Amino acid sequence: MSAKPLLELICPAGSLPALKSAVDNGADGVYLGLRDNTNARNFAGLNFDAKTLAEGVRYAHTKGTKVLMALNTYPQPATLARWHQAVDTAATSGVDAIILADPGLMAYARKTHPELRLHLSVQGSATSYEAIAFYRERFGIQRAVLPRVLSLPQVENVIAHTDVEIELFGFGGLCVMVEGRCLLSSYACGDSPNTFGACSPGHAVRWQQTGQGMETRLNGILIDRYADDEKAGYPTLCKGRFEVQGETYYALEEPTSLNSLELLPDMARLGVAALKIEGRQRSPAYVAQVTKIWRSAIDVVKKSPQSFQTQPAWMAELAKLSEGSMNTLGAYYRPWK
Amino acid sequence: MEMNPSAMKLSLGPLLYYWSREDTLAFYEQAASWPVDIVYLGESVCSRRHLLRLADWLEVAEKLAAVGKEVVLSTQTLIESESDLKALRKLVADGRFAVEANEWGAVHLLAERGQAFVAGPALNAYNPDTLALLADLGAKRWVPPVEMPRTMLRAMTVPEGMETELFAYGRLPLAFSARCFTARRYNLQKDDCQFRCLDHPDGLTLNTREGEAFLTLNGIQTQSAKVMSLAHRLDELIAQSIAVLRLSPQSRHMDKVVQVWHALVHAQATPQETRNRLEKLMPGSACDGYWLGESGHSYHPDPFSGGAPA
Repeated sequence: MSAKPLLELICPAGSLPALKSAVDNGADGVYLGLRDNTNARNFAGLNFDAKTLAEGVRYAHTKGTKVLMALNTYPQPATLARWHQAVDTAATSGVDAIILADPGLMAYARKTHPELRLHLSVQGSATSYEAIAFYRERFGIQRAVLPRVLSLPQVENVIAHTDVEIELFGFGGLCVMVEGRCLLSSYACGDSPNTFGACSPGHAVRWQQTGQGMETRLNGILIDRYADDEKAGYPTLCKGRFEVQGETYYALEEPTSLNSLELLPDMARLGVAALKIEGRQRSPAYVAQVTKIWRSAIDVVKKSPQSFQTQPAWMAELAKLSEGSMNTLGAYYRPWK
Repeated sequence: MEMNPSAMKLSLGPLLYYWSREDTLAFYEQAASWPVDIVYLGESVCSRRHLLRLADWLEVAEKLAAVGKEVVLSTQTLIESESDLKALRKLVADGRFAVEANEWGAVHLLAERGQAFVAGPALNAYNPDTLALLADLGAKRWVPPVEMPRTMLRAMTVPEGMETELFAYGRLPLAFSARCFTARRYNLQKDDCQFRCLDHPDGLTLNTREGEAFLTLNGIQTQSAKVMSLAHRLDELIAQSIAVLRLSPQSRHMDKVVQVWHALVHAQATPQETRNRLEKLMPGSACDGYWLGESGHSYHPDPFSGGAPA
C-alpha cells in the first residue's frame, strides 16, 4: 500500500477553462460535475458534457492532475437511471474517483464498477469515525470529506480512528449548516441541495430597489434589505439579516467565507489528506488566483511546517476574493460555534 | 379510548426542545394516558442538554412500556465528539428498546449488533436502493425526509415488512449546525450557552425584516416557523399506505392535538373539522407545501387543491 497523501490541493472546476486554470496553477486534483442535478452545483451554464469531460480529463492527466467527479446529490426514484448513467459515464471517462453521498448509489457503483475509487461527499453528513466506518466497510470508500462542523481537535480524533483519507474544506463559501442536513432552501423556494443540487437558486432570486433600500428576496421571502451605503449581497438564505425578539442581525451567519490558510501547519500535523477549495460557480480567474496562493502555502508547509507563516499578501488577496470580503475559521475554531 | 387495529398508528416524535426536568417528566406522565401507539424518547438535538440522562429516559421508557406504548429511543442527529459517540454506544447497547437511528454511525453500530431499528428522517433515504439497503441492515420502519413530496413517496418501493412513518404534524426540523443559534442570539458561545433553550419551550421565532415569521431557532437546530399538518389530507395518507403518523411535541395543548388526530384516524371527525381544530392549537400558522412538491412553507387548506395531482 502506498503512503497516504498529505494536503493534496483539490480545486473547483465549474467549466473547462476553470479546470485548466486549476491545473496550470498547481492543483493536485480538480473536481467537477455533469450538467444536471446529479451534483450539488447545478447552476445554469456550469459543468461538463461528454465532450468537455473527455477534454478535461485528458488535459488534467497530461499534467499529472487527478480528476474527481462529484455525483453528490440524492438520486430520486423517477430519475434513478440518470444517476446510474452518471456513474457509468464517470467510469468510462477515466476519472480518478467519484464523490458520492447516497449509500444506494455507492452500492450501485461498487457492484457495477468495482475498480472505481469512491470518496464520501460532504453531502453524506458523516461527522464521526463510526459513520465513516459504515461507508468503508460496506462500500470500500477511500476518502471522506468532512462537513464544516468539527473543530480541529475533533478532526484529529476522527483521523486517529480511521484509515480512510480525510479531506477538509480549506477555502471558499461557508455552509453554516451541516451539509446534507439542510432543507432551508426547499422550505423557502422548493429546491434543496439534496435533490435539486443548489441552494437559494438563481431562478428564485429577486433584487428590488425600494424606498427603504435594495431588497433581496428568495421566492418572495425577504432575505435582506440594504441601505444606500451598503453593498447588496446574493440572498443565500442563511446569510441574510433577520429579526429575533426585536433585534435585527445576521441571525444565522454573516456573509463571510471560510479561510483556513493559517491552520495549514496543524492540518499537516494531523495528517489531513486533502484540502478542498469551494467555488465551482466562480470564474477561471478566481480559481487561478486561489489555486496559486494555496499551492505556494502548502509547498512551504510541507517543506518546513515549523517556520510557516501566513504571508500578508496571501491573506489580503484571499480576503479580496471572498464573499463580503470577510473571512472566518468557521468551526475549526471552537468559539465560532 | 379504544384503539382500532385497522387505523393508522399515531406516534409522539422525539421532544426536539429543551424543557425543565419537571416539565419533561410531567409531559411523559400525561402522554402515558394519551391515545398514541408509539413514543420516541431521548435527546436527538443537542449533547449539552443534560437534565435527563439516559438512565432517566430509560425510566420514562419503562413506565410508558408498562402501559402498552411501543417505546423507541432516538439517537443524536449530529455527532461531533468522542463523548457523543460514547453516549450513542451506551444507548445502542442497552437493547431493551428499539432505537431510531438519526445518522449512519448509529446505523453502523445497530447493524453490527443485528438490532432492528427505525430509520430516522435525517438518514436521507430518497430512493428505493437506499431504502432496500436500510431494510437489509435491519430497519423495520422508516421516516422519509420531511421534504419528500407525495409523488416521490408513491414511487418508492418499500421493502416487505417495512413500515412507513410520516412526519404529519409539527414544526419541521429543517437544518442542523455546529453553531448554536440560540446562544448566538444572546451573544454567548455554545460552550457557555447558559442553557438559554430552557427559556424557549417552542423555540425562538426568526422573522424577516418585514415581520413575517420564517424560521424557528432551537439551539443547533433550525425549524420552520410554520407548523406542518397533513390532517386535511387524510385520504391521501390512507391511499399511500402510511402505517404511522408522527406528531412532533409542542409545549402547550399537545394532549388536545393528540386527541384531535386520534378522532381523525378513527373516523370520528372529518379531515376539514380536524384541520380547523388543529389550526387553533398550533404555535404558528399551518403549512403543507412539501407534501405537494412545492416550497415547504406554502399551504393549501383545501385538500383538493395544490401541487401535482396525488
